Amino acid sequence: MTDSHQKDGPTRRSFLAGSAVAGAAALTGTAARATDPDPAITEVQPWARYLGDGVDARPYGHPSEYEAQVVRRNVEWLTADTTSSVNFTPIHELDGIITPNGLCFERHHGGIAEVDPAQYRLMINGMVDRELIFTLEDLKRFPRENRAYFLECAANSGMEWRGAQLNGCQYTHGMIHNVMYTGVRLRTLLEEAGVQPAGEWLLAEGADASAMTRSIPMEKALDDCMVAFKMNGEALRPEQGYPVRLVVPGWEGNMWVKWLRRLEVGDQPWQQREETSKYTDLLADGRARRFTWEMDAKSVITSPSPQAPITHGPGPMVLTGLAWSGRGTIPRVDVTIDGGINWVEARMDGPSWDKSLHRFYYEFDWDGSPMILQSRAHDSTGYVQPTKDALRDVRGENSIYHNNGIQTYAVAADGSVENVEIA
Amino acid sequence: AQAQTYGLGREALPEEVAAWDIDVRPDGLGLPEGSGSVLEGEDIFLERCASCHGGFAEGAGRWPPLAGGQGSLSSDDPLKTIGSYWPYLSTVWDYVHRAMPFGDAQSLEPDEVYAITAFLLYMNDVVLDDQFVLSNENFTDIHLPNEDGFFMDDREESPLFPPHDVCMTNCADSVEIVMRANILDVTPEDAAAREARAAVAA
Repeated sequence: MTDSHQKDGPTRRSFLAGSAVAGAAALTGTAARATDPDPAITEVQPWARYLGDGVDARPYGHPSEYEAQVVRRNVEWLTADTTSSVNFTPIHELDGIITPNGLCFERHHGGIAEVDPAQYRLMINGMVDRELIFTLEDLKRFPRENRAYFLECAANSGMEWRGAQLNGCQYTHGMIHNVMYTGVRLRTLLEEAGVQPAGEWLLAEGADASAMTRSIPMEKALDDCMVAFKMNGEALRPEQGYPVRLVVPGWEGNMWVKWLRRLEVGDQPWQQREETSKYTDLLADGRARRFTWEMDAKSVITSPSPQAPITHGPGPMVLTGLAWSGRGTIPRVDVTIDGGINWVEARMDGPSWDKSLHRFYYEFDWDGSPMILQSRAHDSTGYVQPTKDALRDVRGENSIYHNNGIQTYAVAADGSVENVEIA
Repeated sequence: AQAQTYGLGREALPEEVAAWDIDVRPDGLGLPEGSGSVLEGEDIFLERCASCHGGFAEGAGRWPPLAGGQGSLSSDDPLKTIGSYWPYLSTVWDYVHRAMPFGDAQSLEPDEVYAITAFLLYMNDVVLDDQFVLSNENFTDIHLPNEDGFFMDDREESPLFPPHDVCMTNCADSVEIVMRANILDVTPEDAAAREARAAVAA
């Protein structure tokens, strides 16, 4: 039986949910009863008795010490050196759609450039009427805009092409962040320089030791790209390109050049290392796709997940996750708890912005039996997130990049969760 | 149509553009004058590059191999090097010049980059004569073996793309777990998170 985009009626939906978790209803309706008084209530806690820090103690605040495990993590064996490497956003611990600045994953090719904003310069050169130099102050005098976009590394989930490898969505899906950028439309700066008619390509270059370069078609540059100097309201973090980075909505993270120092207009792509040796997608026949810019629709359940097991036992629970598409918005996510035999539409919550993360929830009564969880995103173009097997049928196992296949988790009766593949 | 301008910024000077605009394209645009031989390149490579990339550009430890792998791209274990995978020599020149040696970027003079590039061509059997001299004059005559190995993104034409209905109920008789990440056991241990969960759940 198939179902396109029409919503399930309440009767049918509740039938599906009920049949998938048979017997769960018996667990609901009565709150648990305590026998002994709870010392968290009956004893005066220190924070209820003594004074805490004053307002001068934390000029730039940090999370609670009880959240110390919510950090970016490195996987040592992935790369030869930490300065050309990646770490991972703890998406299993986060909710909503905005990534806190200090938790946004990092991907550097020559370490973090610590750029003095007084020495910051942005050059526009090449096929323009006026080759220009801007200071940071100059950039802040152009009209601004605010937009939230996801930035996903092209290699996110890349270690999973050949099968289930890393146990946790932080590792399998955490090369992503979603922040509110403030900056200037790239179009505004290019118009200031005056792009010549033959200028169909733009080269963006970073100021770090890797001098990161990518070729961007002018159509995209003039569409929705931004030159951003703020993220989530404050200056970019050094690891995110302080003081200025490029924002290339919906496109692979490598193109979002950090510490942006130069924009060159030309009539052909430059075929730089990061668009030939890297960020090209090898297929099974030995040929490779180049210029695979868009990040296709994708989703992942962030809780429960291997790093976020179910600790509360059977009964009411919240399944939640993230979905996104480089080609638009996410109007719908389907979830299954029986490995894809039956699906239900998850509940989307929060803003639905173009090329931004979306949050979904599925609340249900868990009967305590093992589950196999998946989520399946639909984007606003009608594209449906494929299974990993469907992707492998087209691409083989060696493309490294652009793995947007459906993730599977096995939940055991004890609530522990494992990254698995099913057939 | 005349776009609005704001009169911000200032004109770039030729010296400033020259200092930063160091990119090189496959058609040779951007190459400076200069030359270097395979044998000169070998000396420079041994001094500046071989500690990571090996004396024959075969790679050392976990650092990238730059030569070898020809014919491996459709195998189960493709080795993607300059000789086996890279489409354009310009990328070699450009990348070595802009970003290598790792940790001491932009320290190589153009003649040194020509020489290293010539050595890498020799290590990849693209040139067979150890007396070969690469220069801005003969640069675009050289073609790498996999120049035609790439094609423009065609994902939208793939079978995955057209909007389609999805199955919602009774989509399979059964499912079976066929692969488990726990068996590999390569995920970093996270004792702090486990303890934090236990503390709250207790």
